[in-house]
Amino acid sequence: MTILTFTLILLAGAYLAGLVGSLTGLGGGVVVIPLLTLVFHVDIRYAIGAALLASIANSSGAASAYVKEGITNIRLGMFLEIATTIGAVVGAVIAVYTPTNTIAILFGVILLFSAAMTIRKKNQEALTVGSKASFRLKLNSTYPTKDGEVAYQLKNVGAGFSIMTLAGVLSGLLGIGSGALKVLAMDSTMHIPFKVSTTTSNFMIGVTAAASAVVYLQRGYMDPGIAFPVVLGVLGGAFTGSKLLTRLDPKVLKYIFCLAISFVAVEMIYNGYNHQF
Amino acid sequence: MKKFISKNFLADQDIEQLIGLQLRYGVITASVIVLLGGLIYLYQSGSSGMPSYHTFIGTKAGFTTANEIITGLKTINAKSVIQLGVIVLIATPILRIAFSLIGFILEKDRLYIGITFIVLSVMMISIFGGLKI
Repeated sequence: MTILTFTLILLAGAYLAGLVGSLTGLGGGVVVIPLLTLVFHVDIRYAIGAALLASIANSSGAASAYVKEGITNIRLGMFLEIATTIGAVVGAVIAVYTPTNTIAILFGVILLFSAAMTIRKKNQEALTVGSKASFRLKLNSTYPTKDGEVAYQLKNVGAGFSIMTLAGVLSGLLGIGSGALKVLAMDSTMHIPFKVSTTTSNFMIGVTAAASAVVYLQRGYMDPGIAFPVVLGVLGGAFTGSKLLTRLDPKVLKYIFCLAISFVAVEMIYNGYNHQF
Repeated sequence: MKKFISKNFLADQDIEQLIGLQLRYGVITASVIVLLGGLIYLYQSGSSGMPSYHTFIGTKAGFTTANEIITGLKTINAKSVIQLGVIVLIATPILRIAFSLIGFILEKDRLYIGITFIVLSVMMISIFGGLKI
């Protein structure tokens, strides 16, 4: 295969990954890793490098819109970024000592969990009485809805912070945004309305991914020949996805894709178990 | 600039607008550089055989330090140009933290100046801490 053919096929694949990632809410980076390793037999370390870049591009692109609308809770994001960035650096450091097959198995498990998380029931209710810590840290805020500004408060700040640290470690280790864990921490634990938790999680993914990306860049995980089609393809796909999302409610699509991704996850676990990486 | 200081609420919104714009232009700039580098890359070596990505060679491939990238840029080396775009992309969220820090300083929010400073420090340790091992 020539470089040109490889680039074009990968570009098309990354575009689809970005589209599926955006429609399911999983993020393009997550779909890129199995695409590169299972289809193109690329070493998982290059795949992780490319996926991290795709996550940063996706997160920053989408966050720019949400931040302007005033849905994102910037203070909450900044506070929790202490946890995710420290976690991400730790993850990037332990990645060196982790065999690639173990990384592949862990990736598959997280992918299964993420797929399950995207189809669960979401927290729509705004909590009216927050905990002491939420006041002290000025985390309570409001967000715009169809019926005007809605105030919300939050609780279990410590538990949320802990889950975020874990999300950061996994993000640094596997090269993914671990949006599912971030939403779990905010949505289910801290009782933040789902619209705020998803946009704030998205806002944080870029910073979390950047924390480990700088380490990976220096280790040679980011190959220009792979980074180029992956970044542009995923960005394009995510852009198309976000346009489609405003016009259709992809509930059925979401279930189909999540099912498909679960099979991919099982394949990753199976191959990792058989030392194929 | 007057609006920044006049009222906390207004300042909050202005900073949000600023961060939104900065993120958008960061991603656009990075994509354009990556696209340019990519086109040069395809023009120069599109017809050669695909490198073996099955084996990981890490830093031996080059272009992993600022020095290597800058040296490559002088001769318009395609891979260097792509890596420059990659660096702009990674720098985008890091710059966002710096912008937030300025915002919190303007608001005189000491708690969040501290929190943002911690996040920025973690980033700096990650960049300059020699964690590549």
